[in-house]
Amino acid sequence: MIEIQNVHKSFGDLEVVKGVTMNVNKGEVVSIIGGSGSGKSTLLMCINGLETIQRGSIRVDGIEVHAKGTNLDKLRRRIGIVFQQWNAFAHLTVLENVMLAPRLVLKLSRSEAEAVAVKQLKHVGLGDKLKVYPGRLSGGQQQRMAIARALAMSPDYMLFDEATSALDPQLVGEVLDTMRLLAEEGMTMILVTHEIKFAKEVSDRVAFFHKGVIHEIGSPDQVIGNPQKPETVQFLKSVL
Amino acid sequence: MFDFKYRFQWRQVINNLPAMLDGAWITFYTALLSMVIGIVIALTLLSMRRSNNVALRSVAIGWVSVARNTPALLQIYFLYFGLGAFGATISSWAALLAGITFNNAGYLTENFRGGLRAVPETQTRAARSLGMTSFQAYTRVVIPQLLRIVFYPITNQMIWALLMTSLGVVVGLNNDLMGATKALTDLSYRTFEYFAVAAIIYYVLAKLTFGVARLAGWKLFSY
Amino acid sequence: MFSTDLTSNDLIFLVQGAWVTIELTALAMLIGTVFGTLFGFVRASFPTASIPLAFVLDVFRSVPLLIQFVLLNSAKSIVGLKISPFTVGYVVLGVYAAALCTEIVRGGVLAVPKSLRLAARSLGLTSLQDTLHITLPIAARVAFPGWLNLMLAVMKDSALVTWIGIIELLRTAQQINTRINEPLFVFFIAGLFYYVVSWAVSQLGNQAERRLQND
Repeated sequence: MIEIQNVHKSFGDLEVVKGVTMNVNKGEVVSIIGGSGSGKSTLLMCINGLETIQRGSIRVDGIEVHAKGTNLDKLRRRIGIVFQQWNAFAHLTVLENVMLAPRLVLKLSRSEAEAVAVKQLKHVGLGDKLKVYPGRLSGGQQQRMAIARALAMSPDYMLFDEATSALDPQLVGEVLDTMRLLAEEGMTMILVTHEIKFAKEVSDRVAFFHKGVIHEIGSPDQVIGNPQKPETVQFLKSVL
Repeated sequence: MFDFKYRFQWRQVINNLPAMLDGAWITFYTALLSMVIGIVIALTLLSMRRSNNVALRSVAIGWVSVARNTPALLQIYFLYFGLGAFGATISSWAALLAGITFNNAGYLTENFRGGLRAVPETQTRAARSLGMTSFQAYTRVVIPQLLRIVFYPITNQMIWALLMTSLGVVVGLNNDLMGATKALTDLSYRTFEYFAVAAIIYYVLAKLTFGVARLAGWKLFSY
Repeated sequence: MFSTDLTSNDLIFLVQGAWVTIELTALAMLIGTVFGTLFGFVRASFPTASIPLAFVLDVFRSVPLLIQFVLLNSAKSIVGLKISPFTVGYVVLGVYAAALCTEIVRGGVLAVPKSLRLAARSLGLTSLQDTLHITLPIAARVAFPGWLNLMLAVMKDSALVTWIGIIELLRTAQQINTRINEPLFVFFIAGLFYYVVSWAVSQLGNQAERRLQND
């Protein structure tokens, strides 16, 4: 379970997250929607400690992420994240990209890591691209590789930071299909996304983010189907 | 017009070619050694420059600045005579190696710093998000990509290092290509012939290094 | 308390050495810039026809300067040419600078977009007018930081003429050291001169580069 309590986050004088509270239960899929610069991506980075917070607390399975003694490297093994820019390691093949962290972090042997990597790559439909360098792949394929790379660590949670925003429109579908597959398998997921239709379809709950605070949170039918706040209505009108 | 009475004598140079080629080998491996150590130091200086510790950062900045803004020969002098002043006598070869290494490390650090800008910060983020330590992210994700970007400058620096080894003769080194050539001319006074041949050997060494590096670059960085 | 045997005469001696270093650098840069500009334009304009030139210039970059000094020095005695070691020093440095400057100028010329030259020509400018009024000024701005760096490289490399017996800064330092045996102090002073000049000039270069990027 991820518990976010009254979190504040600033970059210098600019406060981008202004007191956010929300919980994500095991097995749940929660989507965060909202305009650009609303602070939703930043919140995601705070969950696995890639960004620090100024106030409040974030607990993952009871572990305080931003406490002094917390071993973030250890915690991050359990929280996979997929970025907007897929960040393929350009100098490694697809297979090596996925094997690297299991080898270094989980200390798996070469053959164990390879088995895990091959399994995850097949899972995302890249079983025929193992020996290829990421430079030769399309954006959609690279993003699916990034998903496999995160899954290879057997995470308990998966965070998606606008995973399809940087893709050409015709490549969005294949990545969404992979994400849908994960949701159906019961992975706990937090999606920051601009794909409202997709969010409505796969999410258990949707949160609308505006200017650093959550304006509405609830079932997709509630928040997207029947929004209450004028900001939400306004936003949905602009994107749908 | 000119009073041209000089008779070139190439035969004895040819006879002494093996000695010069032995010297060329010493020249080559001294340069190579100075590069290997220089690269390791440069990577260390680079991470020191990026650290939050003021002392570490100052040492790195100072090193780079002195290495780039003073003559290599002065650096070698400083090590050769300077360390001697502390009672630590070091050989001409050690002074040469240390001097070139110092110089290489300074220039390479700057090259690496430029190259690092081409490796996006998000690569480190992605690596850290998978649970890698910052050391693992640096050595396994950032540096390999950095090396590709700076491979060409590294090759250039290696050629510079080759040419710089010739400075060893100034502090008395007598068995590298330059030193061996000088020793031979001191006996024979055929300065022009010997140094012309030495020049050709340096040129060939430089071009061979360049060619091998090109090939290695293709092989290593095929992605 | 720090004490030294360095006398005020020694300091004057060092300053004289530094002056020789400056003279060598200036003369070499004069030769290097004139020929480098010429060759650079030739290399950029006739890339294939000028390959032999490129090869020759590359030789000067691929052979240790020390050897180039020795070769010219002994060649002049062979042919009985009466020139001073000082002349040998700045000629060799000058040719070396020309070889490097050629690449810098060539890069500058190639950085001028072709469309710009075409635009100039379409306005009725002659090829020479285009070169003088459009290409050269733009290329010069691009090449300037590299040219400054070259000047610093030449200044530092001028220390090598000590090998053919010219008394420049480093040589004076060494001679003083031989007498008073305070290598750290003496070489520190010599180093300081190079460092200050080099650092100041490169700051200038950085500023120029920043201004170039801003407009």
